[in-house]
This record gives sequence, C-alpha cells and structure tokens, in this order.
Amino acid sequence: MSWFDNWHLPKWFYQMASPKWFYDFGARLQPWFAGLALILISWGLVWSLLYAPADYQQGNSFRIIYVHVPAAILGQSLFLFMAVAGAIGLIWKMKVAFMVARSATLVGASFTALALITGAVWGKPTWGTYWVWDARLTSTLILLFLYTGVMALNQAIPDRSVAGRATAILAIIGSINIPIIKYSVDWWNTLHQPSTFTLTSKPSMPPEMYIPLLLMVVGCYCFCAWLIIQRTRNEILDQERQSSWVARYLED
Amino acid sequence: MMSFMFAIIRRDLLLVMRHPAEMLNPLMFFVLVVALFPLGISPEAYLLSQVAAGIVWVAALLATLLALDILFKADFSDGSLEQLLMAHQPAWVLVLAKVIVHWLISGLPLVLLSPIVASMLFLPAEALPTLMFSLLVGTPTLSLFGAVGAALVTGVKNAGMLISLLVLPLYIPVLIFGTGAVAAAAQGLPVSGYLAYMAAMLIFALMITPWAAAMALKVGQMQG
Repeated sequence: MSWFDNWHLPKWFYQMASPKWFYDFGARLQPWFAGLALILISWGLVWSLLYAPADYQQGNSFRIIYVHVPAAILGQSLFLFMAVAGAIGLIWKMKVAFMVARSATLVGASFTALALITGAVWGKPTWGTYWVWDARLTSTLILLFLYTGVMALNQAIPDRSVAGRATAILAIIGSINIPIIKYSVDWWNTLHQPSTFTLTSKPSMPPEMYIPLLLMVVGCYCFCAWLIIQRTRNEILDQERQSSWVARYLED
Repeated sequence: MMSFMFAIIRRDLLLVMRHPAEMLNPLMFFVLVVALFPLGISPEAYLLSQVAAGIVWVAALLATLLALDILFKADFSDGSLEQLLMAHQPAWVLVLAKVIVHWLISGLPLVLLSPIVASMLFLPAEALPTLMFSLLVGTPTLSLFGAVGAALVTGVKNAGMLISLLVLPLYIPVLIFGTGAVAAAAQGLPVSGYLAYMAAMLIFALMITPWAAAMALKVGQMQG
C-alpha cells in the first residue's frame, strides 16, 4: 500500500465524503443539471419529432430511437457508475458513495426497462414482433436481471451500511461480467442493427437525424445527474436524521 | 496456508459424509428436473435429442444453485464461520476450500451422472464426451460465482430465492458456451474453441471470485 499513501486526490473528492458537504454541494449543482436537462431534452424532442426527416425505410416509426437509444445508453452506463461508486465506497470507506450507488440503482433499472419497452414497441412495426431472442435484446434483459439482483440484495439487508457494501461487491462482480455476458450473447445470436453511435467511426445517420439524438442523450445524462443527486440528498437526510445539522436544516 | 485449506476440506467432507442426504439431494433433483422435460415437451426422440444439451445444462445449473446453501450457512449459524475468519489465514483460502468441497459434492457427481441422463434424452453418443468435458470445465465456474452469491446472503433470512436472483445472470455465459460445445459436437464440428473459452472463464472466475466472496463474508459478519 506504499504507493497509495503518497497518492493524493483533489480536495473536493475527500470533501464529498462528508454527508453535509455533499448535501450542500449537490444543492448548488442541481439547478445547472435541471436547466441543462430541460433545455436539451425539449430542444431535442421538438427537433427530432417535428423537424428531423423520416427514415426512408421505417418512415416515422424510427423516431422512437430518440427515446430508445438514450435509455439503453443510460441503462448500461449507470450500472458501471453504480459499480464505480460502490468501489469508491469500499476503498475510501465513504458512506456517501454507497448512498449515491443506492440512488443510481433504481434510476438505471428504470432506464433499462424503458429501453426494453421502447424496443418492443419499435420492434412490432419494424421486425413484425414485439420480442425476438436477439443478442442485444437478450443482453439488455440480462442487465435488467442484474439490476433486480442488486435491488433485491439491497432490500434484503436491513442494515444500510452492510447493504451498501454487499451491493457494491455484487455491482462490481456484475459489471466485470457485463462484457463477458455481452460477448457470449452476441456470439450466440445476432439480428439487431449495429450500434447507432460508436466512438471510433463516423455515424451512419445524416447529421439532421443524429444531432437531435445526441442532444437527447446528453439531456438524459443531465436529467439522471439531477435525479441521482436529488435521491442521494433525500437518502442523506434519511440516514443522517439523528445528526444535529439535519435537525437544524429541517427547522429552517 | 495449504494445511489450513486441506483441514477445512477434510472437515467439510466429513460433515457431508455424516449426512449423505445433503450429497444425494442435488443429484436426485438433477435427475428429476431432466425427467420433467420429456413429460412436459414430448417423448419423441428427435425433438428431445435437439434440446438435450440445453436441458442437461439448465438442470445442472439449478442443481448447483440449490446446493449453494451448504457453502456457508451452517457455519454461519453455529458461529464457526466467525472463528474461521478470525484464524490467521487469508479468508480467500477458506472460500477456495469451501468451493472445492461444494464442487466435489455437487459438480463432480453431475459430471459423472450426465452421460446417463443425456442418453435418456437421446443425445447422440458422439456428443457425450463433450458434454462431460464441458460440465467438468463449467461446473467449477458455477461453484465459484455461486460462492460470491452465498457469501453475500449469509445472515439474510430466506435467502434461497434471493441467491438465485443474484447468481443466475452470472451463470449465463457458462450456459451459452456449454450448450454451444455440445451442439457443435452433435453436428461433428470442432469443440476446442468452446472449451477453451470455458477454461478461460474458469481461470477468470478463479482470479476474482475468492477475493470477492471473502470480502462479502467479512461484510456479512458486520451485522449482528
């Protein structure tokens, strides 16, 4: 652990460990995320639903992509986020990190479910069926199972600090497994159209179709940030209700 | 460290020998689940031979899952788990010893029994060695990931359903490659690629799960 002792992270990282500090800092961040989310999502929705050109094959039914893709991206990245928050909690023994992970779980699971539902709605006109055992559908379904496992474990352990640690371990193991599951399922069966966005290649869509999608994705990230901060602040108030600063805040 | 591990293995095997039912129950369950499928689907040989690999693998998955209870539960409830964790030995050695016992009780008998039940499902004879070999490489991975799940739920009441929710998603890659290998063998295709992936998964599981399960056991000790 010697390299570890001489290794310092910025001050704000350590300040995050204080529930009170996080509560106040979160309150200052929230309006920014809320404003950005509101602007980006409404801009993206109006553009994508009214002005973006219809797809030459799928017609207007493709417009569900503007909800489907952000939901799928967020469902995946929030699982990783949850695992990272849990790992920070385990390594630096930060109670707040467990609260953040706990707050992110339900949000991530909801977005994964939304991705599955919008995918089913989109699949009916396009593929002629609500559900196929295609690789990416199946791995999204498995992701939802992983989320429900984390939530079930969280519910089953009454002691919050034990539950936080246990779910952190499960989330880490789960997120390490996600690439393996994805790869094996891909290899098992694939029919889905390839990813809309990749970091390495040019998008296959014209700009007037993918810029609104990009707006939606970034807007949804901001919305999630706002939501997770809000849920964490509620969690802090709940878990710290014995401490004097909470009593003082609630009096005002 | 090794002597500690062997002592645990010896003690746990002895405990199992005193209650042979613990060892037989997962096996009976395995055979019973397999027997349900011809009753539920169709007794027709061609249809069954097509799904035989999947049925045997799913039944093996469920049988090892049900046997996970024996890993830590008894030791946790009589307090000896706490003592073992306080011994001056790394906790992952304890986990590894427990996993080996679990595999000897649930995994190995399934491997030995699998050709019989697979023949009952009309799996082609040339696929039987691959089925046995895939189970031989795959079931230790199941025991290892199962140990993490079992360690996470020590001290949770009615953990049976919970543990399957935690562990089954992690079992999926093993299931895919296991059944894939058998399907390939039944068609006379090479299987070494599948088995190599399964071996890689086993090594990977060996690297991360004893550590994670040891950590989970220590977390579990925090609740009164």
